[in-house]
Amino acid sequence: MDFALILRVLPVFVAAAWTTIGISLISLVIGLAVAAVVTTARLSQVVALRFLGAAYVSIFRGTPALIQIFLLYFGGPQVGIQLEPFAAGAIALGLNIAAYMAESMRGGILAVDRGQMEAARSLGFGRGRTMAWIVLPQAARLMIRPLGVNAVALVKGTALVATISVVELTYTAQRFIGSTYKPFEIFAVTAVLYMIMIYGLTLLIGALDRAYAEER
Amino acid sequence: MTDVRPMIDVRGARKSYGALEVLKGIDLSVQRGQIVAVIGPSGSGKSTLLRSINHLETLNAGEVWLDGVKVNQKLGRAAFERHINQVRQQMGMVFQHFNLFPHLSVSDNITIGPIKLRGMDKAKARELALVMLDKVGLAEKIDAYPARLSGGQKQRVAIARALAMQPKVMLFDEATSALDPELVDEVNLVMKQLAREHMTMVIVTHEMRFAAEVADRVLFMADGTVVEEGAPDELFRCPKQERTRLFLRKFLNP
Ligand SMILES: Nc1ncnc2c1ncn2[C@@H]1O[C@H](COP(=O)(O)OP(=O)(O)OP(=O)(O)O)[C@@H](O)[C@H]1O
Ligand SMILES: [Mg+2]
Repeated sequence: MDFALILRVLPVFVAAAWTTIGISLISLVIGLAVAAVVTTARLSQVVALRFLGAAYVSIFRGTPALIQIFLLYFGGPQVGIQLEPFAAGAIALGLNIAAYMAESMRGGILAVDRGQMEAARSLGFGRGRTMAWIVLPQAARLMIRPLGVNAVALVKGTALVATISVVELTYTAQRFIGSTYKPFEIFAVTAVLYMIMIYGLTLLIGALDRAYAEER
Repeated sequence: MTDVRPMIDVRGARKSYGALEVLKGIDLSVQRGQIVAVIGPSGSGKSTLLRSINHLETLNAGEVWLDGVKVNQKLGRAAFERHINQVRQQMGMVFQHFNLFPHLSVSDNITIGPIKLRGMDKAKARELALVMLDKVGLAEKIDAYPARLSGGQKQRVAIARALAMQPKVMLFDEATSALDPELVDEVNLVMKQLAREHMTMVIVTHEMRFAAEVADRVLFMADGTVVEEGAPDELFRCPKQERTRLFLRKFLNP
């Protein structure tokens, strides 16, 4: 184990880890926003919207994330979408995780007891108000853990954007293999940095979940 | 046509789930201040009838009227939504499993309707909640959360929540069936109090004694039809139909 090497490359790797965090955060925001729209469509009264929502989920879950990234980054320019690697990666990852997050959101909403909806409707609340004041506040609690699982998958999935040369953690690792010939040290540092990020995220999710539980 | 308009009027109600016909043409008319108990074996369609009064179930045929307003009108989607929300505000519904909102305090459970649907201000709504809780004997629980209440207390809060909308009628679907026996009385007491205040009520129940005590009229349903109806004294003491006799006998000596 070449500890001197590890210490020498660490600052570069930490900087790269920040890029990983950045792309994760942006994809997360895109993912949550798109998932909210897809979930609304899937639970809509309108058959066409339900179909579109379901189609979105099956398409994005039914194809490899790597292909989705390639399609956007390499295929995009052909249809007039010219994006930097970072932007292409963040958008593709966000659109991909949205499909999974939409499932988590839908699951949370459907897990709220039907009686809640009926009680609210019987008081005279419309569909939208029932959702906003009765179902969603309860569903939110049920969504935190599954969405957390999605977020963890997302952070690990950011390694894929190394293939379109976003200078994040995995890309940086690969670049250093060539110059150091010490793959064990390099990938060990990389793995540890991912672990730290995921551990932090897990703590955050747990804290959120507990905060919600204590509200009542 | 009588000159006294019924508070609730159900005419020729039919409802099927697929091939299963659950309501086979039911008529039910409840006068203002009247209390009707609906009894009958499990699966006879009691809940379906009650739930179609406030349109939680959609009838395949027949009409439902509340105080001269047709509940199941043919309207466009948006117009019907507005209409039904208006109508439902005038009908309190109490469910077997209470269905309190667990993320809201007792006070918020009761005030959310008046505040969000009637635009009542918060201070006034809280006063109203206190009055309603007083009615059901739970004023001291105003800031508790539902999880902290017993079943009987939950159901009393659920009744207070429905009453806070100042409904014209109250619909009860086996309000005490999910309760431990020793908690049944406290809920029945609240319902009897409402009876004394001349609230119009339809009460689906398995408790024959309570039905006999509180109802002006009892409706015996079986297989989606009304087999027999009448004053509790007649129907319980000397039922005319064999079907009713059989049901009551099974109930009285199980
Ligand atoms: N959503 C539904 N889909 C299909 N069948 C249903 C549905 N709701 C009720 N049923 C059926 O309709 C029939 C009448 O149900 P309902 O709940 O009205 O009976 P009930 O008289 O209230 O019985 P209980 O005393 O057990 O509450 C039953 O056979 C029931 O299985
Ligand atoms: Mg029932």
